[in-house]
Amino acid sequence: MKKAFPILGVLTAILLVYALYQALVVAPTEQTMGAVQRIFYYHVPSAWTAFLLFFINFGSSVYYLIKRCATADIVALVCAEVGVVFCTVVLITGPIWARPVWGIWWTWDMRLTSTLVLWLIYVSYLFLRRFSSGGQTPLLAAALAVLGALCVPFVYFSIWFFRTQHPQPVMGGGGSIDPRMMHALLINWLAFSCFAFLVCWSRYRLEKLSREVDEAHAMQSLLDPGGRAL
Amino acid sequence: MKGNPYLFAAYAVTWIIHIAYISTIVARYSRLKREIAELKKK
Amino acid sequence: MSAPSGITRVTLLKDLRLEWRSKDAVNSMLFFSLLVVVVFSFSFDPSAEESRQIAGGLIWVAFLFAAVVALNQTWAREIRNQVLDAYRVSPAPANSLFTAKVVGNFIFVSVLEALMTPLFVVFYRLRSLGPVWQLALVAALGTWALVVNGTFFAAMSLRTRSREIMLPLLLFPISIPALLAMVQATTAILNGEGARFWMALLASYDLVFTTVCLLLFETVLNAE
Repeated sequence: MKKAFPILGVLTAILLVYALYQALVVAPTEQTMGAVQRIFYYHVPSAWTAFLLFFINFGSSVYYLIKRCATADIVALVCAEVGVVFCTVVLITGPIWARPVWGIWWTWDMRLTSTLVLWLIYVSYLFLRRFSSGGQTPLLAAALAVLGALCVPFVYFSIWFFRTQHPQPVMGGGGSIDPRMMHALLINWLAFSCFAFLVCWSRYRLEKLSREVDEAHAMQSLLDPGGRAL
Repeated sequence: MKGNPYLFAAYAVTWIIHIAYISTIVARYSRLKREIAELKKK
Repeated sequence: MSAPSGITRVTLLKDLRLEWRSKDAVNSMLFFSLLVVVVFSFSFDPSAEESRQIAGGLIWVAFLFAAVVALNQTWAREIRNQVLDAYRVSPAPANSLFTAKVVGNFIFVSVLEALMTPLFVVFYRLRSLGPVWQLALVAALGTWALVVNGTFFAAMSLRTRSREIMLPLLLFPISIPALLAMVQATTAILNGEGARFWMALLASYDLVFTTVCLLLFETVLNAE
């Protein structure tokens, strides 16, 4: 297992460079938006990766509630945290794309708003994990994760209806997408998913180590003859 | 390909965020490693 | 298993009696939302036409913040003499306790709304163009949504450091769809437009979250 990490790391790095080449050179320049449209190849794959991570967070939280398995809890934590990082990327690259294309940094359109709400929900999840103490954290966090995930359809539905009553910002022309663009998009998504997996793995190892340290501290205070514990 | 400041900014920001997050992981990891080594020495 | 409805009723009556004697929650909520009304009136001085547009948001923000004040009190009372621990070891089902607390909070917040609405009408020169009974329905559905989630998250934040800060942090993000629905429905009705979609959304939100909170409450109450 330990050896797999650097190998995967090198492969992911190669894939990321190849994906960058695809996004910047191979994919054709979009006619109406120009080069700015290439933000698409980072923006959309990050969004998909974030949603995937949040979904895994929901799945492992449900699993934790049923089986009370510590690994599921760590997976839930790791996915939420890395998901928030990817979601942050989406929320920052979005306005950078919107500014030259729509002329505004931010608009309360459907996708922006619902992504922001999603981000808020998972940040509150991380806050709960940070602020609660001891052995109850996993249970409380899992309960919140389930509620948060159930909230997602309501968020989409309400904001969809809210926004369809208002004028839509001018989106880039729809229609079919160039196959080379699609190819670049999928390669980037693959690369970012591999990257996210690696980051999750490192974060998982960090969490394992941190729990080991906590246990070692507890043991120390039990065994230490000069300590106050005994 | 024409250089575009917005495009460059978006790509740069993406990697700045990821690298910042990874470096916090690395920093926490090395601190914990040191801590566990000290605990074992006692 | 002892009769759940009996326990719910007894707990509810106890809470109502306590509240009737002290009037802590309702008084502090009233004062708080009065402050919100006054502070908001400094920033806008709306005509009747404009106030119809903003009143929905204003009213619900005031009620939301006021409700947090009451929700933070809900469980604090039970912690003081280890009542909650006693409840945990007793065979009484956790859900009847939860139901009692939710209904109690619902009553408190409804009383607040009934008292505050005339003030809003006077201060902001409100006159509804749509039917008033629909507004009452939206208020009931919206309050239920806030109170169910709020009571659940208040129980959750009991287990955290700095619990008063934790409740709004947990409650607000999850309540965003409900809040959006309440505000939009209120504004639509005030302007004499239909709000059927928002009411349906709010009703289904209530249904889903009440069910899930009831399913998860025992786990949260007994989390060790």
